[in-house]
Amino acid sequence: MNRKLVFNYLGKISVASGAFMLVPIICALVFREYNSLFAFLVTAVISVAAGLAVCKFSKPKSNLMYTKEGFAIVALAWVVMSFFGAIPFIITGDLTSLADAFFETVSGYTTTGATILADIEALPKSMLLWRSFTHWVGGMGVIVFVMAILPNISDRSVHIMRAEMPGPMFGKLVPKSRDTAKILYLIYIVMTFTLAIFLLAGGMPLYESLVHAFSTAGTGGFSCNADSILGYSAYIQWVIIVFMILFGVNFNLYYYFLVKRSFAAFKSTELAVYLGIIVAASAAICLNISNLFGTLSEAIRHSAFAVSAIISTTGYATVDFELWPEFSKAILFMLMFIGGCAGSTGGGLKVSRIILLVKLIFSEIRYMLHPRAVTAVRLEGKTVEKSTLNSVSTYFAFFFVCYIVIFIALSIFQPSFGFKENFTAVATCMNNVGPGFGKIGPASSFAEYSTASKVLLSFTMLLGRLEIFPLILTCLPHTWTKD
Amino acid sequence: MKIIIVGCGKIGLSVLRRLINEGHDVVAIDKSPEIIEEISTAYDAMCVVGNGADSDILEEAGAGDAELVVAVTGVDELNMLSCFLAKKMGAKHTISRIRTPEYNDKSLVFLKEQLEISMALNPDSLAADELYKMLKLPGALSIDTFSRRSFEMIEIRLHDDSPFDGMTLMEIRKKFDAKFLVCTVQREDEVFIPDGNFVLRSGDKINFTAQQTEVLKLFGMLGLNQKQAKSVMIIGASRIAFYLAKQLIASGSTVKIVEQNREVCEKFASLLPQAIVIHGDGAKHDLLLEEGLLDTDAFITLTGMDEENILLAFYAASHNVPQVISKVNKPELVTLATTLGIDSIVSPIKIVSDIHSRYARALDNSLGSSVETLYKLCDGKAEALEFNVTSEFEYCDIPLKSLAMKKNTLICGIIRGRKNIIPNGDDVILPGDSVVVIAEGAMLSSLAEAIEGKR
Repeated sequence: MNRKLVFNYLGKISVASGAFMLVPIICALVFREYNSLFAFLVTAVISVAAGLAVCKFSKPKSNLMYTKEGFAIVALAWVVMSFFGAIPFIITGDLTSLADAFFETVSGYTTTGATILADIEALPKSMLLWRSFTHWVGGMGVIVFVMAILPNISDRSVHIMRAEMPGPMFGKLVPKSRDTAKILYLIYIVMTFTLAIFLLAGGMPLYESLVHAFSTAGTGGFSCNADSILGYSAYIQWVIIVFMILFGVNFNLYYYFLVKRSFAAFKSTELAVYLGIIVAASAAICLNISNLFGTLSEAIRHSAFAVSAIISTTGYATVDFELWPEFSKAILFMLMFIGGCAGSTGGGLKVSRIILLVKLIFSEIRYMLHPRAVTAVRLEGKTVEKSTLNSVSTYFAFFFVCYIVIFIALSIFQPSFGFKENFTAVATCMNNVGPGFGKIGPASSFAEYSTASKVLLSFTMLLGRLEIFPLILTCLPHTWTKD
Repeated sequence: MKIIIVGCGKIGLSVLRRLINEGHDVVAIDKSPEIIEEISTAYDAMCVVGNGADSDILEEAGAGDAELVVAVTGVDELNMLSCFLAKKMGAKHTISRIRTPEYNDKSLVFLKEQLEISMALNPDSLAADELYKMLKLPGALSIDTFSRRSFEMIEIRLHDDSPFDGMTLMEIRKKFDAKFLVCTVQREDEVFIPDGNFVLRSGDKINFTAQQTEVLKLFGMLGLNQKQAKSVMIIGASRIAFYLAKQLIASGSTVKIVEQNREVCEKFASLLPQAIVIHGDGAKHDLLLEEGLLDTDAFITLTGMDEENILLAFYAASHNVPQVISKVNKPELVTLATTLGIDSIVSPIKIVSDIHSRYARALDNSLGSSVETLYKLCDGKAEALEFNVTSEFEYCDIPLKSLAMKKNTLICGIIRGRKNIIPNGDDVILPGDSVVVIAEGAMLSSLAEAIEGKR
């Protein structure tokens, strides 16, 4: 284990997380919120200073990095960032317990969007913008961002990208990791500002446009309103629906589209299945809830909104779907697990994994019927390696093992909540969606959870965002031994 | 610069490593998913699994906007085909490995022209050329030639009680009246580009340049072997052995080749009637002694196994064979062999990588001078480059003493027409010259990069 290298990267991340606070600092200046300005300034100074100090004292002897270093850097970086991101909430006194602040920041960075705030609108504007901005940063990945701007990164930095970018397979866009990171961020930034412009055009004030653009881009779900997107016009709701879906698409497709300037890039199986699921689920829910709304267009809009908010794991709400019939809720619950496409900012298991799992099932059935048959699983016109299939099914199994363990632990920590709340809380945190069902539905919050449960759920969110392995591996003492 | 490498075997991997280190955008294509998996984790390259002569795969790798496509799979036909396709798709330059002897005669020019291949590489024949040079001057560890062989840089090791031990370069020049220029000194793991006050020690490996007549004088002073090898024993009837034996026989040496495989032996015997082909295991000491190991001038191990080559070289060295050379491809083993005491090593992979570095840098190149030759020296820690100077070079006709060189660079030769100049402060660089520069720790792609400015 190249510990110095790990700490060196952590130092850089800490500097970066201080630098990110420039955004709320500017916001606090604009709105003259001096209390939170002070909080952000102090935190920024602390994290930059701590980061520089760590960097100075951990000059790595070699730049060599293997899988375990990559995993450790990513896992620890996310914890460190969340810690620094939580400090402003405490300094201003908006949140009194560290567990609350940590939960809120982790929920931000992991783009979950679950909140412990009962009254969102009581928070200063700069605080609310900071929450959304953590979504934006966490969506594409912090370390990817650091890689894009830092020179002289390790040759083997691909280990970091693999650990931080979700999905079963990781494909580079261009030969150099650094250039790949730059391209991804460029696309991300352009799309975010396009969304903001569309929102502005719909009459949303600049501040709210930015908050919602950041949240939507990261597929997070923090809003500056207690009733999320409900209060906005139909136009704005449709814009957000479209962009939630767009941010759930593999970003590589946008790159290929921009470079090759042809729609051939969009002939992707994963994209087709993703859009197919959205259309089918929206239609089913629309039929199921049509009697709740006055007009058909309203029913279509609300069902499309709920479906895209859940599958892209954004977690915004236009209506409280807690009040919908059980069938609709069942579909939404299932969508939580599917999530966005690989290489998007969405969470969940990822559509491509689901496709591979389904194909594996069929191939297994065919194998039982014809024991001598030689089968190959194909995706996007290519045969998928056995090792990839193996890791997909292992991930699936591991995901549910963690799910069950966390669920059982949560029911010990939180006996006051029923099966429904605890079971969906784990699902919504692990898939980075946001709202659950029952007492933690879109209209309510996680405020009633106990401190222990909040800490547990914070780690559940990290586990889901980093796709389990980095966090688990970093916790093993074996990873840290000297070779 | 975007470069695609088709085939990531030993040579492909070494070229890949080199080009990534030089900062190029490299795309690797190989048909084996395992190899590609390994590359994608260890190097910052884009990787594609598939057949390099499949236009879909080349398309995926982005052959259309590649500056250079390097095809170095084990199959010549595949290499040529993927170069041809890539060229048609828009790649600017292509390099193909073509090693089958049948393609390497007159038909090569035709093939290159028809397939629009920018350069054909035959690592085996290049390695044989290198070996032949070394056999001509046995005391040297290696010889790098510039400007179509007219200018040489020679590497030697100073013996334990060398007359140069403990002297500065200035003192040596005065005392021995020797006109030579020491370009690099390698002492254990360190590499120096020395100035006049540098003190040489026994055991140093040095690279120097000198006029042809001076070289022999110097070798005489140092007691180094300067007698060209007359009888050569080669272990392993590889392609390199074939090309080398052909050259040696043409120059009148006797060649003995030991090979295990009967069929290969027979093929060699019919192709090279003047050579003595022995069927037997070259690793058997009795056989080597029986075939006159003790009387041979040079012993060369060219089997496919690096380890066997090194061990056999040790055995021959222990019997005081005057010159022992071994072919070692894996870079790790090259370092190991040199630390253990086998100094003379030929590595086809290094030769090929040098050529690719040179080619890529020449493409990168700015105005005024272009890279003509490139050699990595001292285990890759320094490099020697030859630049062709045109009239656009900004420091033309200025005495070298009024030019400030960058740190750790040295101009060690100017080739003007048929004249080789070992430069001193009064010499100047003129358009049309070829200039040889040594650089440590920097990767030059033009002569101007070696020069800080006017003094």
